[in-house]
Amino acid sequence: MIALSDYLTVGAILFGLSMAGVFINRKNVIILLMCIELMLLAVNINFIAFSYFLGDSAGQVFVFFILTVAAAEAAIGLAILVVLFRNRRTINVAELDSLKG
Amino acid sequence: MQTITLLIVLAPLLGALIAGLFGGTIGRGGAHTVTTVGVAIAFVLSALVFKQIAIDGAESFNHSVYIWLVSEGIRFEVGFLVDELTAMMMVVVTFVSLMVHIYTIGYMAHDEENWPEGSGAGINSYQRFFSYISLFTFSMLMLVMANNFMQLFFGWEAVGLVSYLLIGFWSVRETAVFANLKAFLVNRVGDFGFLLGIAAVLMHFNTLDYASVFNAVELQKDVTISIWPGSEWNIMTVIAILLFIGAMGKSAQVPLHVWLPDSMEGPTPISALIHAATMVTAGIFMVARMSPIYELSEVALAVVLTIGAITALFMGFLGLVQHDIKRVVAYSTLSQLGYMTVALGASAYAAGVFHLMTHAFFKALLFLAAGSVIIAMHHKQDMREMGGLRKYMPITWLTSLIGSLALIGAPGFSGFFSKDSIIEAVHHSTIPGSGFAYFAVLAGVFITALYSFRMYFLVFHGKERMDEHTRSHLHETPWVVTVPLILLAIPSIFIGGPYVGSMVFGDFFSEAITVAPAHDVLSQVGFTSAMGMIGHGFLTAPFWLAASGVFVAWFLYMRRTDLPAKIVALPVVKQIHWVLVNKYGFDDFNQAVFGGGSRNLGTGLWKVGDVALIDGLLVNGSARLVGMVSAVARHLQSGYLYHYAFAMILGLLALFGLFVVG
Repeated sequence: MIALSDYLTVGAILFGLSMAGVFINRKNVIILLMCIELMLLAVNINFIAFSYFLGDSAGQVFVFFILTVAAAEAAIGLAILVVLFRNRRTINVAELDSLKG
Repeated sequence: MQTITLLIVLAPLLGALIAGLFGGTIGRGGAHTVTTVGVAIAFVLSALVFKQIAIDGAESFNHSVYIWLVSEGIRFEVGFLVDELTAMMMVVVTFVSLMVHIYTIGYMAHDEENWPEGSGAGINSYQRFFSYISLFTFSMLMLVMANNFMQLFFGWEAVGLVSYLLIGFWSVRETAVFANLKAFLVNRVGDFGFLLGIAAVLMHFNTLDYASVFNAVELQKDVTISIWPGSEWNIMTVIAILLFIGAMGKSAQVPLHVWLPDSMEGPTPISALIHAATMVTAGIFMVARMSPIYELSEVALAVVLTIGAITALFMGFLGLVQHDIKRVVAYSTLSQLGYMTVALGASAYAAGVFHLMTHAFFKALLFLAAGSVIIAMHHKQDMREMGGLRKYMPITWLTSLIGSLALIGAPGFSGFFSKDSIIEAVHHSTIPGSGFAYFAVLAGVFITALYSFRMYFLVFHGKERMDEHTRSHLHETPWVVTVPLILLAIPSIFIGGPYVGSMVFGDFFSEAITVAPAHDVLSQVGFTSAMGMIGHGFLTAPFWLAASGVFVAWFLYMRRTDLPAKIVALPVVKQIHWVLVNKYGFDDFNQAVFGGGSRNLGTGLWKVGDVALIDGLLVNGSARLVGMVSAVARHLQSGYLYHYAFAMILGLLALFGLFVVG
């Protein structure tokens, strides 16, 4: 029997990986977007695990919402990425520093 | 009576409003007609009131017309008090004002020449001038007819305002603008004391009504007040001195006299009406009116006496070195105001007020005569360019001679009776300082005669020193100018004798003026009759002093015209002359200490308070502080997405930590 803690550990590892991806990646914005997606999936795993072990289906309903929003977000994110590339001729994260004070 | 008093006050006001607001519509003729008629109505009714009060012996009139407001039991009212003193002042003010109105028609006839081409301020200046002098008459009447301190103060400030407007009437002349500002500022100093005096009255008597205050003074005479810890002052002394500071400003007593000579920048009719005959005597009138208060304070009387004596003597000296005809008359006015103040200080209020009246006539006459000369000389005022005008302007010459004789106190002329009464009264006075005052007024007689006849000889006799062009245009001035001169010359001769007995030595003013028995110097003079006074006058020192003054003037300016320059060149005289030309340094002192001091204070406050503290430290300082903090803080903003994300995670962890630990 797989315990709740195993699911949560997987979720935490996934979240940690995606977070590390956000920090460590200095090259590609697409990888950033993927990391964010992964972060959301880690959260989804937590939701489903709690939903199953607590016997409350509300968590699974939330997951559907999150997946939908994540899809929409990915679409918008990629569209922004295209525009960004057109303007700046690069998607290198280390070169995108126009917010520098 | 109430209707009459209201009419007297409102007729000039109405004239002023019509001429001032509708001057463009009614034109020049309309303006001078409406104002002159207004003042003429006031004069006729004033004469009627004078007849009722003074001759028919009617009760004095004291009535409130309008209650402005009542606050905590203190009533602020408009009301009229008409007794012998007020009635006399009303007649003098309205008569001189009427003469000046008529005279102005001639004097200002070519006023447009005094304004530069196309000057906006010069539009309807003639009508505006008439509006102002009528407004002045209204203000002065409000002042003398007041039955409470508030209305007195209103009139006091209103005449000051009109004086300001009229000194600077030719507002395109820089000197005129400086002069009216000076008059205004110096009068503020005096008015500050005056206002404090009224406040002290209000504080101690809880009323502003003359009658209530004068009824209560006896009960309050020993009350003391602590101005600063450890000094006790008698309340009457405090009130009297504070009120007298106001009088010093308005009546131009040393050291607040500096504005009066400069006020001669205004048109000559104004100098005659405001700065010689009426407004400057408001201080004298006020002190006489407040005699119940002054009688209770010997200290205040001594101050009044000393200030008056200094003014009478030292301002006379200045008249000796002036070349501007109007300035000589102005310094003579200062000196004569000093005589009146001396009389007040010696408790001879009646003599002071009597001198006020005679002086109003002969000094207005002298000023208007000087103005007549100025018209004939095409607005040149320097006496060194005059001379020999006697044969060109006989009426002006004769009236000037009468005015000068009245001024020096030639026996029989009006000035003789008033001035001799003052000198005799001071002689009998025992107030501290009366010895000096007696010397000052006696020496003043010689000085007065000297500068008056210096002016007279320089203008009307001797060589004709004007240029050929001016000489060819010399002629007597029109009738609107000469008629007022003649009408003023008559009282200048005759007003003294018939009234000296009742007004000065009789009980004419006994209701209006209170004199403590211990101070009653006039009763000690030993007056018998006007004729007796004339006969006695030839034997006393003042007559011989005046005569020698005239003789010296004649000798120096007719016989040996080379002598004045030689005397001035003598070593010691040269320094004295320098002091006199610099007017004892009052102007320079004020300029350096008060003017320069305020400028330095202002510069200091500007540099330290404004530039350094407010602008530098507070406004720009806080902006700089924000800049400095952000210069450090901006390094946190790298612009890299991963740094922001990292900061978010750190924040998240911190919150988690807090949550777990807490």
